[in-house]
Amino acid sequence: MTIAAHWSQIRKRLFATPLDIVVTLVIAYLLWRSIVPLVEWVFVDATFSGTTRNDCTSGGACWVFVRARFGQFMYGLYPTLERWRVDLAGIILVGSIAALSWKALPYRRAAAVATVLLLPPLGVWLLGGGFGLRGVETREWGGLMLTIFISLYAGLIAIPLGILLALGRRSKLPIIRMIAIIFIEFWRGVPIVAVIFLASILLPLIMPAGVGIDRLARAVIGLGLVIAAYMAEAVRGGLQALPAGQQEAATALGLGYWRATSLIILPQAIRIALPAMTNEFIALVKNTTLVLIVSILDLLGIAQAALADPNWVGMNKEAYAFAGILYWLGCFGLSRVGLAMERRRSQGEQY
Amino acid sequence: MRVGMTLFSFIHQKKVRDLFWQALVLGLTLGLLVFFVLNASRNMREAGIASGFDFLWRTAGIEIPFVLTGYTPQSDNLALLWVGIVNTLLITLISAAAATVLGFVIGIARLSRNWLLSSLAGAYVEAVRNIPLLFFVLFWYFGVIAALPGPRNSIPFFNVAFLNNRGLTIPLPNDAAPFGRAVLVILVALIVQITFAWWAARRRDRTGKIAPVWTLGIVLLVALPVMALTWATLSTGWDIPALRGFNYRGGFVLVPEFVALFVALTTYTAAFIAEIVRGGILAVPKGQLEAAAALGLRSGYILRLVVIPQALRVMIPPITSQYLNVLKNSSFGAAIAYPELVSVFMGSALNNTGQAIEIIAITLSVYLAIGLAVSAFMNWYNARIALVVR
Repeated sequence: MTIAAHWSQIRKRLFATPLDIVVTLVIAYLLWRSIVPLVEWVFVDATFSGTTRNDCTSGGACWVFVRARFGQFMYGLYPTLERWRVDLAGIILVGSIAALSWKALPYRRAAAVATVLLLPPLGVWLLGGGFGLRGVETREWGGLMLTIFISLYAGLIAIPLGILLALGRRSKLPIIRMIAIIFIEFWRGVPIVAVIFLASILLPLIMPAGVGIDRLARAVIGLGLVIAAYMAEAVRGGLQALPAGQQEAATALGLGYWRATSLIILPQAIRIALPAMTNEFIALVKNTTLVLIVSILDLLGIAQAALADPNWVGMNKEAYAFAGILYWLGCFGLSRVGLAMERRRSQGEQY
Repeated sequence: MRVGMTLFSFIHQKKVRDLFWQALVLGLTLGLLVFFVLNASRNMREAGIASGFDFLWRTAGIEIPFVLTGYTPQSDNLALLWVGIVNTLLITLISAAAATVLGFVIGIARLSRNWLLSSLAGAYVEAVRNIPLLFFVLFWYFGVIAALPGPRNSIPFFNVAFLNNRGLTIPLPNDAAPFGRAVLVILVALIVQITFAWWAARRRDRTGKIAPVWTLGIVLLVALPVMALTWATLSTGWDIPALRGFNYRGGFVLVPEFVALFVALTTYTAAFIAEIVRGGILAVPKGQLEAAAALGLRSGYILRLVVIPQALRVMIPPITSQYLNVLKNSSFGAAIAYPELVSVFMGSALNNTGQAIEIIAITLSVYLAIGLAVSAFMNWYNARIALVVR
């Protein structure tokens, strides 16, 4: 493109009418006034090296604070000597996801089933200890590691339960349909904050005497139940989008309900529902922050707790900026994954 | 004729199997519920927790910093419940209204031809949607409002309202009666407008004549309310907050918790409403606009008669569910001790009385009842405005 062509593009997009000129200039001015100080605070005037609060004298962001507390932001109060276990669990998790997303992996289906069955108990063992490892109480877990832990384990409850509930809601058997509808609408109608309260108060109450439930497990179960209801609606969308002919063809082939559902219906319906399910998972990640209400310190809770440290008074901006960026990166990344899945599906349909 | 019929072949009958599965699931569900209830009643008996709803009429004894009802710590727990409900509804209504306005502005800005404006709106939506609401609540409460100057250096709004680290102090009318009359006038105007629009629509269907519904609407629903409220504002004296010593006297103090929760809920929900608005407008097929232009309609008419009615149909159901989300998300106030339903009832009252089951049941019923009422209304409304395919 020539310079003239570029210029006409810019004119069309920014200066088409007198009103557009005013709007563009006002926004440009406001952006200039806000972005320049922001960049100065984050980078130019910021202090990156040092060890204490006194090293931050430049007036910009004091990233020394984040460096000094980096361990807490990641692991909470997890004992320093045992942190390799968290790292190892993370490496195993990332490694298995990478291996499973490789299409040519031999025995991929069996490996996926084994991963889903084996990794959760392995993770609990690595983090919690016992059987040869030093025990670490959930009270000491925290930070980003806890946010990821709660998201994954609540997801492990929510996804299978959500699929069952969606099938129940679409069932032709009235009693099963009724139970699924009541369950879904109840959990979707109440605030998640109330559910977390409820789980931490009611779960110990409804268990037989002597059966205690860990504080963290209560929060995970509560979140899992609510998200299951939302997940169910996402899966139901996928089930409804599937042409009725699929079910009829499966029945005509002589497949019973469970075989038709697991071999024909669910694989297609879940593929359709995956973007919506990803959105529910993002909502779950965002809602893990609510465990703060029952004094469990996830990433946001650790950032909040750091504000009370007398050695680091006045680090509110830095703490919130760091936690906020981590949340944004995680959720934005997940939403891009969801979009990519959607695109791949709509491309697949063209063939 | 059935061949090979044996004693147990009835298990192959579909009806029998269906009945069996339903009975099994129902039995398991009920069994689990009974198991939980039995455990709970035994655990509560052992812990010496009373049951029943008598506690509602006992003194609450809880200090609440933000009360719109006549509640005092000497009032009973029922009055405390009412405080929670009123505070929840207050923050919900105000935030939902503000989020709707902000959401429409941002959603329309996203569709602007102006590249800078549309990408700024897009950046806002992507930034806000991918960060937890609790983050914003804590950020506004601890990060912004707590860092505001004290009363002596308040940020003034036209010298009648003052924002400082103790909240937003707003003026209060000495006499509320003129406002009551103004609201009455606005209600009458609303009824007149609805009746006129209904009559005009019927006449249009019958005769094809168009009545100036929109012009009358602007007069009745914009100009008249503005005039009525201005008159009410001027016809009463005002209790304007003034600095006395270290704090403001007079007026009404919106506590910092309220301000922080309001800003967080509004800015967060606006991002979601903006996406709904954008989707709704984009959902109007381009052919509709071209057809309307081909009929010779001017751009104002195209917007009013073609775009808005169709876009609203798409937008109203998801916006309603956003309103319900605001209602549920108002409970995030529990994290900063804004005295809404969950925090005063499931928090304070539960701690005081220990009657977990009753309190949780009451609290959840309130949310479920409001949610069901709104959904029922929306279903009725949707059925009314749904496209009639002829």
